[in-house]
Amino acid sequence: MVNITINGNAIQVPSGTTVLRAAEQAGITIPTLCDHPDLHPFGGCRLCVVEVQGARLPMASCTLPVNEGMVVTTESPALTKSRRTILELLMSNYYDSGYKDGQKETTQFMRWVKHYGISVKKAQAPAPRYPVNSDPNPVIWVDMNKCILCTRCVRACAEIQGRFVWSQGGRGFNTRIVAGAETTMLEARCETCGACVAFCPTGALDNRLSMGAGKPSTVVTTTCAYCGVGCQIDLNVKDNHIIRVTSNPDASVNGMAMCVKGRYGYDYVHHPERLSKPQVRRYLLKGEPKPKASAGANPGENSDPLWDWVETDWDTALRITAEKIAQARDQHGADSVGVLTSAKCTNEVNYLMNKFTRQVVGTNNIDHCARL
Amino acid sequence: MAFFRSHVLVCVDPECLAKGAHAMLDALQDELVSQGLIDEIQVLETSRIGSCADGPEMMVYPEGIHYVGVTEDDIPYLVEEHFLKGRVVPKFQKSIVAVVDEELGPAKPKEVRVVLRNCGQIDPENIEDYIAEDGYAALAKVLGDMQPEQVIDEVTRSGLRGRGGAGFSTGKKWQFCRNSAGTPKYIICNADEGDPGAFMNRRVLEGDPHSVLEGMIIAGYAIGANWGYVYCRAEYPLAVRTLNLAIRQARDLGLLGENIMGTNYSFDIEVRQGAGAFVCGEETALIASIEGKRGEPRPRPPFPAVQGVWGKPTNNNNVETYANIPQIILKGADWFASMGTEKSKGTKTFAIGGDVNHTGLIEVPLGITLREVIYDVAGGIKDNKPFKAVQIGGPMGGCLPEKYLDEKIDYESLNAAGAMMGSGGMIIMDDETCMVDIARFFMDFTQDESCGKCTPCRVGTRRILEMLQRICDGEGEPGDIEKLEELCQQVQQNSLCGLGQGAPNPVVSTLKQFRSEYEAHIYEKRCPAKVCRKLIHYSILEGPCTGCTVCARNCPVNAISGERRHLHVIDPDICIRCGICKQVCNFNAVAVS
Ligand SMILES: Cc1cc2nc3c(=O)[nH]c(=O)nc-3n(C[C@H](O)[C@H](O)[C@H](O)COP(=O)(O)O)c2cc1C
Ligand code: SF4
Ligand code: SF4
Ligand code: FES
Repeated sequence: MVNITINGNAIQVPSGTTVLRAAEQAGITIPTLCDHPDLHPFGGCRLCVVEVQGARLPMASCTLPVNEGMVVTTESPALTKSRRTILELLMSNYYDSGYKDGQKETTQFMRWVKHYGISVKKAQAPAPRYPVNSDPNPVIWVDMNKCILCTRCVRACAEIQGRFVWSQGGRGFNTRIVAGAETTMLEARCETCGACVAFCPTGALDNRLSMGAGKPSTVVTTTCAYCGVGCQIDLNVKDNHIIRVTSNPDASVNGMAMCVKGRYGYDYVHHPERLSKPQVRRYLLKGEPKPKASAGANPGENSDPLWDWVETDWDTALRITAEKIAQARDQHGADSVGVLTSAKCTNEVNYLMNKFTRQVVGTNNIDHCARL
Repeated sequence: MAFFRSHVLVCVDPECLAKGAHAMLDALQDELVSQGLIDEIQVLETSRIGSCADGPEMMVYPEGIHYVGVTEDDIPYLVEEHFLKGRVVPKFQKSIVAVVDEELGPAKPKEVRVVLRNCGQIDPENIEDYIAEDGYAALAKVLGDMQPEQVIDEVTRSGLRGRGGAGFSTGKKWQFCRNSAGTPKYIICNADEGDPGAFMNRRVLEGDPHSVLEGMIIAGYAIGANWGYVYCRAEYPLAVRTLNLAIRQARDLGLLGENIMGTNYSFDIEVRQGAGAFVCGEETALIASIEGKRGEPRPRPPFPAVQGVWGKPTNNNNVETYANIPQIILKGADWFASMGTEKSKGTKTFAIGGDVNHTGLIEVPLGITLREVIYDVAGGIKDNKPFKAVQIGGPMGGCLPEKYLDEKIDYESLNAAGAMMGSGGMIIMDDETCMVDIARFFMDFTQDESCGKCTPCRVGTRRILEMLQRICDGEGEPGDIEKLEELCQQVQQNSLCGLGQGAPNPVVSTLKQFRSEYEAHIYEKRCPAKVCRKLIHYSILEGPCTGCTVCARNCPVNAISGERRHLHVIDPDICIRCGICKQVCNFNAVAVS
């Protein structure tokens, strides 16, 4: 353990901890932009500068490892001035074209800009440098006029998703975030997971499907319905509609990560054709024999009204299913029954299906759609 | 070792090549073969000897005869006269001291050559030449009868400080790296030399590569490393070639590779080429570049001595630092420490540029004054014009006016004066230099070379440049000086690496020393040195003008009108202030105001 003092508080932290993380543990907030706890430290934005006793210059706390006896100050008039200058410099290169964005709340960058009393109108660039909406990606909106080059997107894509879509191109004032060798995101192997969007602190990368959707009235933390991994996701809900899905930083399974289905595949929820109640064929409900296929119909097609799907309740649907399975087993033997489970089921459900198939039905005919 | 009675060095710098140096070189080889002289006279390629402006040029040793303007057709005559009959050919001879020596001439008064001692004297492509000058004797001594700690102790006691810029004690740096836990360890030689106009390191690599290799092997032994990288910029093809050849020759003689000199110490060296980004000279960016990543600095700590290339303890020194090592070992720490001042020992090479009589490469003992360098070594200001300032320390250095001329050249004095040692760039300026324009020039360089990682440097340097540009254009406003000072301070304080921290230095130092020039630009819309184009205008004086029409014929935009033998007039609306008319006028009739 290492002993350090931050703003007069004596703190003990494990060696290797950064000053920023140590301050957090002591409940002290240091403004940051390029830092993110899930990513490797970068040290580029310089907003997190602190004063260290004995050091010639202010140091970036996000990359500074603690040292025994270190004495750190995180707030002073000089630091406030440094931070304000840094934000002003970033703002002088930021341009908001005025469209309605797809963010859940005010961006982290704008929060600090306002916190340090900087007027966006006065401080922002006189003109945009890049085209707005510059990438045809179907789910990700790109406006590099808002980019502050924190490289959180670059690191998120590389470190979390392992896709290496983004990188920095050019140098000096002409440095910019580029996909691949200045191609489109999809050409650069983007799999549209939206991690970069989730990590972007400015809205330079945004959720295209949520542009203009505004702020949510409630945020519902839930488990993604797509597969058995069980990612925690936050549904942003407004007027009883999901307007976007955001990462829940505290999610124990997936952290900030999500796949394209979890983050962007939510339109089925409000789709008019979505099944929301169980359905059975009418003849089953009425207890009548299966109607004969009408002449000339394709397999699976039948114009007999008894063949139609009708809504029912779960008990009925399950009862019919159970009866049918039992009937098949009794009449034709257990191996006449086969079960196909799904990657959308949880491990527990799949386990139960296994038990059910082998022990209740008595067959080994069970398989899974995610089998390769 | 073959014996040659004569060595001919032919310059193959781009300018000489353009003038037919290759054809001349081939003709020379052929002629020597046909005259049966090829076993007696060795022809070598080198870089600039006197001045490429007079090229193609060659140097004949041991006589030390410098021939210029020699073409392919002149070769038969020259070979017959000089090499067969032993007569100097005055027609091509040009005394090298008399010409403006652009790179490395004979030692000038007050020069002491330690690092450069072999440059131009030995064949860099022949390891035996180096060995004949005590080469690899220091390595033999180290491997034979010194413990690593003893080597470090000797280097520490010599007082040698890093020649790459910051001036950190080399011995201490080696000790840190030796003490670092973790294996393997690495040695890096920083040969990126990105300062504009600097060529000290190149000259050593091209002229005496083995001294650098020997220094690296000794460093490797001292810290316990078995692998070294030379990071050399790709713009130095000759240096890369010479280094690779030197490495092969050293390997062939068992001076590199497994079991050096039959001991159980092994060390090898690889040359890595950089793509010419100035920031890749910064050690953490250099390491990232060696690892194949984007050349971006990262915060220190951890220092490379703890976590360097491939995350392993790494010692990085400049070319010149390593080149000093063999002689420190051979002649002893005390000999080295006898040169210099209390805290700055030994010699330092400088690339002298600007308005002095002798520009080029020099090596002087530390502690020499700026005045001695400018007036004694560099021969004073051209055309006896008044001295105005010396810019020292490269693009992150500072400008010092006359009152600092008696300041000693050592790390502490230069820092105190607001400049720095840097890697050895020195530009001397006469009174026709605008200091705002100079600051703008350096800022333009650094903002372009910023890696773009951190905010203060990426955006801040650009904003400083924009303000300087406005001031030079006569659009400066009251308050600009204060704004500049504040922004410079912020960029210095908050940038991640030395580039951003040092980039404002030329502005800060000119603001401090030449504030009135900034004020003249801002408040009076006047450029006192008559340099900033938007603030000057050209006119033709009635008295001296003879109406010769030469100005009108040379003006690129046809801004000058006038009848032959009558006064000519410049139309200020068309004039682009290029100054050509002033240069071509034989009667000093063009005035600038
Ligand atoms: C922007 C920048 C450029 C640098 N360029 C060089 C260079 O070209 N050559 C060099 O030796 N050191 C350069 N340095 C200094 C190196 O980071 C490092 O301090 C030096 O190589 C250490 O060697 P030394 O101890 O022998 O001086 C540069 C530093 C900065 C900040
Ligand atoms: S796009 Fe966003 S996350 Fe990426 S560098 Fe720019 S501001 Fe940072
Ligand atoms: S100071 Fe400049 S060169 Fe250094 S890390 Fe920052 S942007 Fe890059
Ligand atoms: S948060 Fe530390 S430098 Fe960006």
